[in-house]
Amino acid sequence: MASNGIRDRVAIVGMGCTAFGEHWDRSADDLLLDAVQECFSSTPGVTQADVDAYWLGTMSSGQSGLVLSRPLRLDYKPVTRVENFCATGSEAFRNACYAVASGAYDLVMAVGVEKLKDSGYSGLVRSQTPGDGTAPESALTAPAAFSLLDPAYCKKFDVDPGDMRDAMTHVAWKNHHNGALNPRAQFRKEVAKDKIAASPLVAGRLGVFDCSGVSDGSACALICRSEDAHLYTDKPMYVKALAMVAGPADGPIDPAYDYTTFPEVVHAAADAYRQAGVTNPREEISLAEVHDCFTPTEIVLMEDMGFSERGEAWRDVLAGDFDLDGKLPINPDGGLKSFGHPVGASGLRMLFECWLQFRGEAGERQLTDPKLGLTHNLGGRPGTCVSFVSIVGSEKG
Amino acid sequence: MSGLLAYGAYVPRHRLQRAELGSALGVPAGKGARTVAAYDEDSTTMAVEAARRALAGARPPVGGVYFATTAPAYVDKTNATAIHAALDLGHEGFAVDFAGSVRGAVGALRAAAAGSGLAALSDVRSGRPGSADERDSGDGAAAFLFGDGGVIAEVVADTSATAEFLDRWRAPGDTASSTWEERFGLEMYLPLIKDAVTRALSAAGIEQADRVVISSPHARTAAATAKSYPARLATEPAPLGFSGAADLGIGLANALDQAGPGETILLISAADGCDATVLRTTDRLVSPSQQAGDTVAAQLALSRDIRYSTFLAWRGVIEKETGRRPEPDRPAGPPSARSEAWKFGFVGSRCTECGRVHLPPTRVCSNCHSVDKMERMRISEAPGTVATYTVDRLAFSPSPPMIDVVVDFDGGGRYTLEMTDASPDEVEIGTRVETTFRRLYTSGGVHNYFWKVRPVNG
Repeated sequence: MASNGIRDRVAIVGMGCTAFGEHWDRSADDLLLDAVQECFSSTPGVTQADVDAYWLGTMSSGQSGLVLSRPLRLDYKPVTRVENFCATGSEAFRNACYAVASGAYDLVMAVGVEKLKDSGYSGLVRSQTPGDGTAPESALTAPAAFSLLDPAYCKKFDVDPGDMRDAMTHVAWKNHHNGALNPRAQFRKEVAKDKIAASPLVAGRLGVFDCSGVSDGSACALICRSEDAHLYTDKPMYVKALAMVAGPADGPIDPAYDYTTFPEVVHAAADAYRQAGVTNPREEISLAEVHDCFTPTEIVLMEDMGFSERGEAWRDVLAGDFDLDGKLPINPDGGLKSFGHPVGASGLRMLFECWLQFRGEAGERQLTDPKLGLTHNLGGRPGTCVSFVSIVGSEKG
Repeated sequence: MSGLLAYGAYVPRHRLQRAELGSALGVPAGKGARTVAAYDEDSTTMAVEAARRALAGARPPVGGVYFATTAPAYVDKTNATAIHAALDLGHEGFAVDFAGSVRGAVGALRAAAAGSGLAALSDVRSGRPGSADERDSGDGAAAFLFGDGGVIAEVVADTSATAEFLDRWRAPGDTASSTWEERFGLEMYLPLIKDAVTRALSAAGIEQADRVVISSPHARTAAATAKSYPARLATEPAPLGFSGAADLGIGLANALDQAGPGETILLISAADGCDATVLRTTDRLVSPSQQAGDTVAAQLALSRDIRYSTFLAWRGVIEKETGRRPEPDRPAGPPSARSEAWKFGFVGSRCTECGRVHLPPTRVCSNCHSVDKMERMRISEAPGTVATYTVDRLAFSPSPPMIDVVVDFDGGGRYTLEMTDASPDEVEIGTRVETTFRRLYTSGGVHNYFWKVRPVNG
């Protein structure tokens, strides 16, 4: 058995999420406090003293539980700092859920934060473990690593590079369109397709508009046992599935790996669907927040999650299937592309959109009667990554 | 019989046309081109490339590795050790530098000949912008393997003459050399040459050599000597510019490329004295480089022109904007030592249970999950094919943009490597590539040596 799952055993009863963006005026401490305060403001009567334990996710904005306990001045609570690349926020959430499901605690909080814009560099920068200087990850940037998907995908499925470019452009266009409707998004304006397609090249065929925003931000979730959920809110969000996979990281050394898929995502999605009892994801999932770090990533993810047939996602993207008014809206909140990507907060931000959608609080992005939401969070790069998939629902059972 | 067993030369791909240099500086600079070591090449990497060609199909050297250059990548630390490691020669044996002077080349050759070793002669040459040194020098390398049995040429005479005089000099740390008046050097050199060459020809029992190779940092001395000691047979010159400690070796390699069996070759090196050597080729002379099409002339024919501004940037004369990215960390000592065979020798591991090749070597097989069932597998000489690729315009690179390719090697194994000696429009899925030993970058004074690939016959 891959995992037993904790279907419907825990629920989210409160959430907070800052606006994502270049917060020159706010520190990681400020962002954490803002997100946590927003969460408590939605759950009257609950204070941070009522929360039994905390999980704090950040990739590079500090180490240890003190990153959270110090700014919040938490009084002697268990605080665990977790890190799992760009899936860090989801990992904080997953472990917090398990702590509640185990019965160890009644009420816990998962918080994610990242302060990326203090580095002064373009793109993501992380400190390297001392090494021998031969690892390609230490040289190749993230957009370059993900751009490897584009020529490989075109070659394998005999897709005209112009069609693939159009599909990549559509992904960026769609996510900017959605983000323009989101007051918390980093980039709040639509971008014309010809501008996206002609943006300055970053790596391979990826232009600036094919890359997610580099942002500061924080998000959090308050979690309790499902049976207690109505003590805190009349609209809890139930956790149906939590799947997490770390791959053997052998794509870059295995000639059998073809750079058109993330096997880690395939495994995580299969586990999540099994836990949640989902058999036809394309029909059953109401909305999905996926890890669109770069536009080709979102295209490949559609196939890895089972939303598109192999080699067909680019076509489905162009057909508008994943638009806000499409058959299966993908990244209705704007995604990493437009909402921004403060690493440790992103996984929780994805859950936040499901939270708003189920509560009918998504404003202009509101979908009609969503039942099941999926969040997908990726850490690493093609061939060497970790993948997280959750399924959440508005109702139990 | 002991003597020369094999040789190889390496000519870097890049050229600076003298017309380009002249137009950039607004001076007449003549015709032709000089060879230019790329931003990721130095005397060590080019020595490795020449030595790989010399050792292709040959036995590894019985004796040591003797490395000569006027442009050592490190001082205090031996550079020949990196060459030794890149050739996967294990930990036994000797490796030493003859670093600093042009004449070190003769020292390396004679030490290798005496000790059945490998002489690697390599240099990066430059001078002040607009100088004759900058214009008329070239970069390159040559390597010579000596030993017993199956020699392609025997050494029949070795002579020397030595004098102390101030013709050309450079203080450590200076980027350009100084020279005295040209006629002074000429008049100092000619009697020394006459002395050494006369004794060498006499010892060899010949009046005139079939081929003559002359090398001197003093150009007018070299020209005058060529007139005094004409060869019996014509040798097509290899006009890559005076290449310092590599010059004599590249000249010899070029002569061997064109020589037949039973010929005599007179080597004259006029650098702070004169060293003369007479070689006689044997009927074993079908050089590996001729077989592989890696002759000096063939390598000279594969050229990529660069702008003068690029040349200055590569030599560190001007510092270009490198983008808003952090410089890479320096390679750490202990991990580099642990992975010596991988990092320098490009040695991976192969699972003895299922055959899966792992780059870098690992203890657990990614296919059958056997633990510690690995044998070493050297990948450095395997060609490969590009599985997918990208051009990284964001990454830190000494000469952006960085081209990265996922390479599947013939015989198994995959790794992501930088592609060099290529422009972004020269790569696609299926491009055939060959390995080349390079310096990825220098950080904290540490050169990060590793392997790259370049297009085959690019």
